Amino acid sequence: MTTPYDIVIIGGGNAALCAAITAAEAGSRVLILEAAPKAYRGGNSRHTRNFRCMHSAPLGPLIESYSEEEYFGDLMKVTDGKTHEGLARLAIRTSEECLPWMQEHGVRFQSALSGTLSLGRTNAFFLGGGKGLVNAYYRTAEKLGVKVIYDASVTHLEVEDGKVVFLDYSHQGRSHRLSPAAIIVAAGGFQADTDWLARAWGPAAKNFLIRGTPYNRGVVLADLIDQGVEQVGDPTQCHAVAIDGRAPKFDGGIVTRLDCVPFSIVVNKDAQRFYDEGEDVWPKRYAIWGRLVAGQPDQVGYVIIDAKSLNLFMPSVFPPIKADTLEELAKKMGLPAAELRKTVDTFNASCGDTNGFHPTELDGVTTTGLIPPKTNWARPITEAPFYGYSLRTGVTFTYLGLKVDENAQCSIGNRPISNLWAAGETMAGSILGQGYLAGFGMTIGTVFGRIAGKEAAEYAN
Amino acid sequence: MQIDLIQEARRQAEVCNACRYCEGYCSVFPALHANRAFSDGDITQLANLCHNCRGCYYACQYTAPHEFDLNLPAALADVRHDSWEVYAYPSQIARQFQKNGMAIAAATITGFALLFAAAKWLGQGHGIGFYAVISHNMMVAIFAPAFLFPLFSIGISLRRYWTATEGQKIKVKHIAQAFSAAANMRNLSGGHGNGCNFEDKDRFSQARRVAHQLVLYGFLLCFASTSSGTILHYLFDMQAPYSLLSLPKLLGVPGGIMLTIGTIWMVLLKFQADPNLGAMAAWGGEVAFIALLGFVAFSGLALYALGSTAVMPTILALHLGAVLSFFLLMPYTKMAHGFYRLAALVRDAQRTSG
Repeated sequence: MTTPYDIVIIGGGNAALCAAITAAEAGSRVLILEAAPKAYRGGNSRHTRNFRCMHSAPLGPLIESYSEEEYFGDLMKVTDGKTHEGLARLAIRTSEECLPWMQEHGVRFQSALSGTLSLGRTNAFFLGGGKGLVNAYYRTAEKLGVKVIYDASVTHLEVEDGKVVFLDYSHQGRSHRLSPAAIIVAAGGFQADTDWLARAWGPAAKNFLIRGTPYNRGVVLADLIDQGVEQVGDPTQCHAVAIDGRAPKFDGGIVTRLDCVPFSIVVNKDAQRFYDEGEDVWPKRYAIWGRLVAGQPDQVGYVIIDAKSLNLFMPSVFPPIKADTLEELAKKMGLPAAELRKTVDTFNASCGDTNGFHPTELDGVTTTGLIPPKTNWARPITEAPFYGYSLRTGVTFTYLGLKVDENAQCSIGNRPISNLWAAGETMAGSILGQGYLAGFGMTIGTVFGRIAGKEAAEYAN
Repeated sequence: MQIDLIQEARRQAEVCNACRYCEGYCSVFPALHANRAFSDGDITQLANLCHNCRGCYYACQYTAPHEFDLNLPAALADVRHDSWEVYAYPSQIARQFQKNGMAIAAATITGFALLFAAAKWLGQGHGIGFYAVISHNMMVAIFAPAFLFPLFSIGISLRRYWTATEGQKIKVKHIAQAFSAAANMRNLSGGHGNGCNFEDKDRFSQARRVAHQLVLYGFLLCFASTSSGTILHYLFDMQAPYSLLSLPKLLGVPGGIMLTIGTIWMVLLKFQADPNLGAMAAWGGEVAFIALLGFVAFSGLALYALGSTAVMPTILALHLGAVLSFFLLMPYTKMAHGFYRLAALVRDAQRTSG
């Protein structure tokens, strides 16, 4: 079977587009098969906002410098050393040349957003966010002759003797088969398939919310793993944060995050506290709360604050539940009122001198004799009205993925597959064993998307 | 103000405030992010600060079919148009014209008829050139009130706007900042200088910015031309018609050409753009207003070109009729936006520079 395309790219987000643009500029005829309809194109890239970038001197919107060693050190901290040093350093080192490349291909940046100033040195923010970036890349790709088919779900890649011989996709109810010279998988993780999540996590996963696209169901990932293509990562590992429990099941994105935990107490459905809410500043702790909430009964948590803390954090999309008494708040939130009263009273009694309270730094205003303790920002919850938010686990993307080498090439039985490459979240598990570093997903996607595009084009031409 | 329009814009602003990805596009977002809650006045101010560049819409991860269903340019445009109607004096008249292209057309034709009538039955005959058709005193009798009343009306509107948005005492630096933003339409630059998203979806383009400035500067040149003519007439006793090298012509001819090209371009862009991202209900009224302004410019140029031919009296009546309608409708049509926009920019300058 022949095809008018040299390269087929599965997926339509940042990594796919970087690959498509690079390959098309190298002279290849490229087809993008995007599972989502046009309005939802771009996968999780639609919801992103920045790109973590190494730089030795001020670069674009980035101030000062951010060295390879510092960047790698930050990655080691969040992953607890669970990374692949060679691939990680490749991503970090290449990020610096990516930023001007992104600008040349239509991406526009802005200064760090209000409320995120701590990232102004390390992360370059996309003007308008990731959908702006995705739109710019589609414009550029289409100008280069890249063809895009939306609503095109790839169902199978046939791997034979270390080579992909054809792929099947369905579009508008019909099945199609293509045999391009090269194939790039950039189709994300499998988090939108909650059955798969439940197989890995247990039934608790059914209560997780998915922060991003509902189209990353891991169909191609599962298909390739089933055929013995090398995989990497633990299926229970993912980027997961605690988000507003009222968020939609899919695609809630950034606005559902809650930044109020450090100024609160967080209880489970039995109105019991379960973790130190003031362990560290929120940007360093929000990613662990997804897992903490996942470990509670019904995978739900409840944040309780009082009037004096209401304006200390970024507003989120849903207004808090409000009541004049704790008992009324408990009733509105479906918590046992007497237990909540007891938990709050015990917490309040363990609070000490709060004069040193400082909302943006570790202030050491701690509880004494309380288990678990609250080690910073511990102020008694006393001032009506009282406010509450429910918390659920919000999964961004899963880390189980395709194992790749420095050329973004996939392998089977320890031998490279001659015409298969992978980029983006679908191979990010090669670098992120656990934990997450803000803006690093876009770095991996851009760096490995460009590598995959270049390698595939060299092979296909 | 229509509560449902404000409420919808507020709902959307609250989503924007939790996201903040669009901070760099224009002045709306830094102003929006400075609040936690939005009063009706805050929403009105944001609405009048918005230049409908649409960058935020195309970049938005929450537009339909997403359940949050954001369309901030349209929500703000609806509030903006509503505010122009509500703050207009008398506001009943604004309701007739702001969104109604047919009413604007009808008013223009009435203007033509009045001037034809004036030419035919009143005050003709004693001057030279145009004044042979309609005497100078007659023109002044018609146009002085037609110019002064709209200014008075707009003054009242701006006062209402200022009260609603809790404006403070205005300093020179506020005005300087506002005029500098208007002078180059900074809010249509897209934040990166590549322009806005208007006629071709998410492609950045300077077309609307340039077309708008052709209209703006063309209009100001024409206005300066008329003013210079008035000064020559009263202070220097130099009467029309003026030669090509006179101040009124040197200002008026290029101004008229810019205004004609600019208005045609604006209408073409409006036809290409997605009407769902603006105030849908006002689309007809806006196009009719631009057409009227374009006709004022074009008929003015025609008058210059054909001033010594037999068709001159006809064109003069058409031109003056259009000018009359344009001035009288000023507070009640899209023309009002310029005044509100400046007020919003001054108000925003108070926020940023204290």
